[in-house]
Amino acid sequence: MDMTQAIILTIMTAATPLLLAAIGELVVERSGVLNLGVEGMMVMGAVTAFAVAQLTGSAGLGAIAGLLAGMVFSVLFGFLTLTLVANQVATGLALTILGLGLSGMIGESFIGLPGLKLATIEIPLLSDIPFFGRLLFDQDPIFYTSIVAVVGVNWFLFKSRAGLRLRAIGDSHSSAHALGVKVVRARYLAVMFGGACAGLAGAHLSIVYTPQWVENMTAGRGWIALALVVFASWRPSRALAGAYLFGAVSIGQLHAQALGLGISSQFLSALPYLATIAVLVIISLNRRMTLINTPASLGKSFVPER
Amino acid sequence: MRIELKKRDSLSSLFSILSPFIALGLTLIAGVILFLFLGKDPVKALYSFFIEPLTEVWSLHELAIKAAPLILIAVGLSVCYRSNNWNIGAEGQFIIGALVGSVLPVVFHGWESPLVLPLMLIFAMIGGAAYAAIPAFLKARLNTNEILTSLMLVYVAQLLLDWTVRGPWRNPEGFNFPETRNFGDYAVLPRIIETGKAHWGFGFALIAALVLWFVMRRTLKGFEITVLGQSARAGRFAGFSDKKMVYFAFLLSGALAGLAGISEVSGAIGQLRPVISPGYGFTAIIVAFLGRLNPLGIVAAGLILALTYLGGEAAQISIGITDKVTRLFQGLLLFFVLGCDTLIHYRIRLVLGTAHKGSAA
Repeated sequence: MDMTQAIILTIMTAATPLLLAAIGELVVERSGVLNLGVEGMMVMGAVTAFAVAQLTGSAGLGAIAGLLAGMVFSVLFGFLTLTLVANQVATGLALTILGLGLSGMIGESFIGLPGLKLATIEIPLLSDIPFFGRLLFDQDPIFYTSIVAVVGVNWFLFKSRAGLRLRAIGDSHSSAHALGVKVVRARYLAVMFGGACAGLAGAHLSIVYTPQWVENMTAGRGWIALALVVFASWRPSRALAGAYLFGAVSIGQLHAQALGLGISSQFLSALPYLATIAVLVIISLNRRMTLINTPASLGKSFVPER
Repeated sequence: MRIELKKRDSLSSLFSILSPFIALGLTLIAGVILFLFLGKDPVKALYSFFIEPLTEVWSLHELAIKAAPLILIAVGLSVCYRSNNWNIGAEGQFIIGALVGSVLPVVFHGWESPLVLPLMLIFAMIGGAAYAAIPAFLKARLNTNEILTSLMLVYVAQLLLDWTVRGPWRNPEGFNFPETRNFGDYAVLPRIIETGKAHWGFGFALIAALVLWFVMRRTLKGFEITVLGQSARAGRFAGFSDKKMVYFAFLLSGALAGLAGISEVSGAIGQLRPVISPGYGFTAIIVAFLGRLNPLGIVAAGLILALTYLGGEAAQISIGITDKVTRLFQGLLLFFVLGCDTLIHYRIRLVLGTAHKGSAA
């Protein structure tokens, strides 16, 4: 494997958790729900995946456990915002605070332990394609999942009846409800899908990206994923592009730190966060596009009239 | 079994008062379950968490020290959240306030004058407000999501503080430790009473809460904040500007967070270090909601959340549980607070069975 391949590979590894979490949140927001707890669900996914991998000796089980942990956490969010119609912004924050606290507690005894790494799956024949074969077809299952999620969600949202209904709910929950669509149930499912994606994204961090547990190891990636959804103007293909762009920025700054270009490491570490702000600003310059694509019911609570 | 909500005709005044207490009760119950799960005696654990820190004079002073930044920040945030401006970057504004406020005692440490301390406080408020002005400007001008920009700026502020303290402001006589020189006596916030450690930051917090309580209750500005928060459209009809409110809310909360930052550094720490806050800016969000966005409620809520910090430390020493429990308690508390607030707006009914007249959710 040559240098270029190696760099592209690290970019892909850095982009995968962002992409997964963003795709999940994209579906949630398309249903009109704003879950700001991505960071919390992700960090719970990370700690659960690491812990289960340690205890069972299987990284695969760890990944599944991480996914489930994210999903369980998202149900908490759903119960508060959908059943009890609590404020979505505040509940999302609560989910993040709770996730960071609980993961810190669970993970305390795992700090410093060497982790298990999820094995790659080599797809025969395809992986023999020159240059791209090794990059695209000799990867870990979570990477494949992230790509399948992009294609699947794109198909679901824009080609399936259920997806059409979901978008209708996101644009006007009262109209959808009047037409007989089960708004709360659909939103629960969307929120749980988002939780599963965030949990798996977290699992990727602790059993693929850096197989170890470090407190707060998500380091704001959940929030970056939220920004990516806005950047993508709620379209899966653009989320893919955005996630890889961010992967490139974060890997680029790591290489720059290693090279020691005389730029302080703190400034380079701040780059992904500054890039997020820049991207949000650039997107909001085009106000019409944002207005057209934003789900009109985003963040609004819904209580069915009975 | 399903849960059904029915909107109340008017807000329940009973539950407006009761809901924070129900939430606290539920958090305690969750605490008992948690401690049982960890194999600790729950009575002993809760005692050392919530009662022990209140039994000694010195720890009451610690309580005031911890509550000061929480109350100062949360009072500002309550104005933001009431006016529907989601500033969640108070942690960053706290740090920048501390940084800008420390210019005089660190860089111009030779200047010893009674003017220094008041100037430090003013610098810190300007610094915090200026940092909060970034998401405010982006929101008012371009409609950029303020939640994400204000949060991203927290990470940037943390890295900037880290760089400053390890780099240009490192104490030349400090044996290479990453910290600035100690503030001179003239730059240290005085204690409230000579016998205890609590400093004037707590006084600032009480003053800020009282002033804002008056503003919210008795002035047109308070009315404007509430109206614009409930409906920007209605506010515009009344001749209020929602754009100006964005700036007002962010600058005010930024200034208060900055003041909290310099009070902590000058009153409690005495120098700048790479990390100066155990997440006060985020915990203050919980304080704001537990206090039901009411400045006086926030004072009580700030003391309670300050207690969880002390309790975490105490419980770590006396019964050997990790102080991570503090964060867990804080998160749970916010969860329960938000859930219980539903009681104020809705009647909750448990419906058995699923059969319903065709419009089941």
